[in-house]
Amino acid sequence: MIDWLALTVALPLLGSVLAAAIPARSPGIGMATGLLTTTAALSVGVLIAHAGELRSDLGGWGVPLGIALQADGLSGALLVMANLVALGISAYALGYFASGLRRHFWPLWLLLWSALNALFLAADVFNIYVTLELLGIAAAALGALTGGQAAIAANLRYLLVGLLGSMTYLLGVAILYTGLGTLDLRLAAESLTPGPLAWTAGALMLGGLLLKAALFPLHFWLPPAHAQAPAPVSAALSALVVKAAFYLVLRLWIDLFASVVGPGPGILLGALGAGGVIWGSWRAFRSERLKLLAAYSTVAQVGYLFLFFPLLAAAALPKQQELLGALLLLALTHGFAKAGLFLSAGLLQKHAGHDRIAELGPAIRSLPAVAFAMGLAGVALVGLPPSGAFIAKWILLTESFAMDRWWWALVVLVGTLMASAYVFRLLANAFGPAAHQDAVELGGDVQTEKIGRMIQAPALLMALVAVVLLGLGAEPLWGLLGSSSP
Amino acid sequence: MATQLLFGLVGIILFLLGVWSFLAHRPLLRKLIALNVMGAGVFHVLVAVAYRGLEKTPDPIPHALVLTGIVVAVSATALALTLGQRLEHEDD
Repeated sequence: MIDWLALTVALPLLGSVLAAAIPARSPGIGMATGLLTTTAALSVGVLIAHAGELRSDLGGWGVPLGIALQADGLSGALLVMANLVALGISAYALGYFASGLRRHFWPLWLLLWSALNALFLAADVFNIYVTLELLGIAAAALGALTGGQAAIAANLRYLLVGLLGSMTYLLGVAILYTGLGTLDLRLAAESLTPGPLAWTAGALMLGGLLLKAALFPLHFWLPPAHAQAPAPVSAALSALVVKAAFYLVLRLWIDLFASVVGPGPGILLGALGAGGVIWGSWRAFRSERLKLLAAYSTVAQVGYLFLFFPLLAAAALPKQQELLGALLLLALTHGFAKAGLFLSAGLLQKHAGHDRIAELGPAIRSLPAVAFAMGLAGVALVGLPPSGAFIAKWILLTESFAMDRWWWALVVLVGTLMASAYVFRLLANAFGPAAHQDAVELGGDVQTEKIGRMIQAPALLMALVAVVLLGLGAEPLWGLLGSSSP
Repeated sequence: MATQLLFGLVGIILFLLGVWSFLAHRPLLRKLIALNVMGAGVFHVLVAVAYRGLEKTPDPIPHALVLTGIVVAVSATALALTLGQRLEHEDD
């Protein structure tokens, strides 16, 4: 039998080594690896849909010495999303990078891909640490790819903050091991009992991860790092890397800590999430640069994801599954939508030579497909029907009223209003002044670049998935989660 | 037992000192040293956890974690130093 779990991690790792060894062929190697890896990830998804859960002990070594990979509905869905988005980003990167950067991009990108897959499939808390570090190192190196001063400074800070987070996480792991004598997620979940040990380990592990997940007010490193990176990298950082850290918070929360720490921390996470929604949306609204807008919108969207925590902690089982499904749907939608937005932003920036929102009108009007992709991504970010985010927010709203916790619904409403403000401010440019003015503006010494059809397709496709596929075909997600519930 | 406790406590103190130094100082080199001191603290705790008494062999798993942790810390430090060097060279 083919071990698809192992392949999703091993293939991109091999591809990364190959791409580094033969730089002249790296785009071809990268694309081929990407296709194979995505196939493996899709197979994992199909297998989970049938069997519920997958686990593989690498090399036949069992717990505690071996390294195991496992996947359930939650991690499987995120894995499939991450691989589809990564494939789209790869296709976009083929046309985006000039030949000089290309040879550096592909090895690092495939390494990041491998780390991402390994993270979603990690079955023990120490493996999570290793994959986090791999991911952090690859992401910081990719973000600084262009070599500009601001990009290096922002990504150096990102790297340092990430290291602080993962060291804190590692101390939590050490304390957990002191108390339980196991690193395996499932074994730990069975033996963890309420008490100071669980509290300390939980605070350190979750605290370290929250820094990486950019939960307000620990988000300060994110906007400069994501806005300075090249567009395909920004898309990967915002749509996938932050989501990976969030996934770990969620995984540890529902598997390990939720039952032993009481309702307090859940409410705290929700309150910080609310802060992120308001602050991130406000800064996105005030941003003068398109990529900064997209980056702050990520801060807000991460905030939404944390709004689910206090409700998840308080809900009983059937409702808990429904909320968890909505949370997953929101995370998936945001993954596709934010990737679509950043990729479109990159095309506009290439075409116009800058990304100042106020002056982007001509570029937006001359690239209708990109404008459409941005509009769709915007629909998903605001949470308008029929996007996946609409269903997710709807469930969040109704459940918070049903559970008599209406204040969370208030945050969702205010956040949605602010999101529509920043999205429409951006899209208003598409309906700007008459064409002759455009000609004057374009006639200046602005460096413009022609944008081919092929490179516009990934952005449009991802935005379409976020709005149409995840909106109209979201139902199976709950089945996927149901099959993994105890 | 006392040695184990000493190791563990020293590890936690080192970690806290590292966190303080990381947050309090701006220069890159000091931040990196602070991160490595934090790492040394965590490794102390892990080594202390591995101790199972004088007569018995220590628990190999925390030792494996320390080894992996050192490799990760070295690579991350190297990348941070390279990025820092780029920044300094372009300042000239």
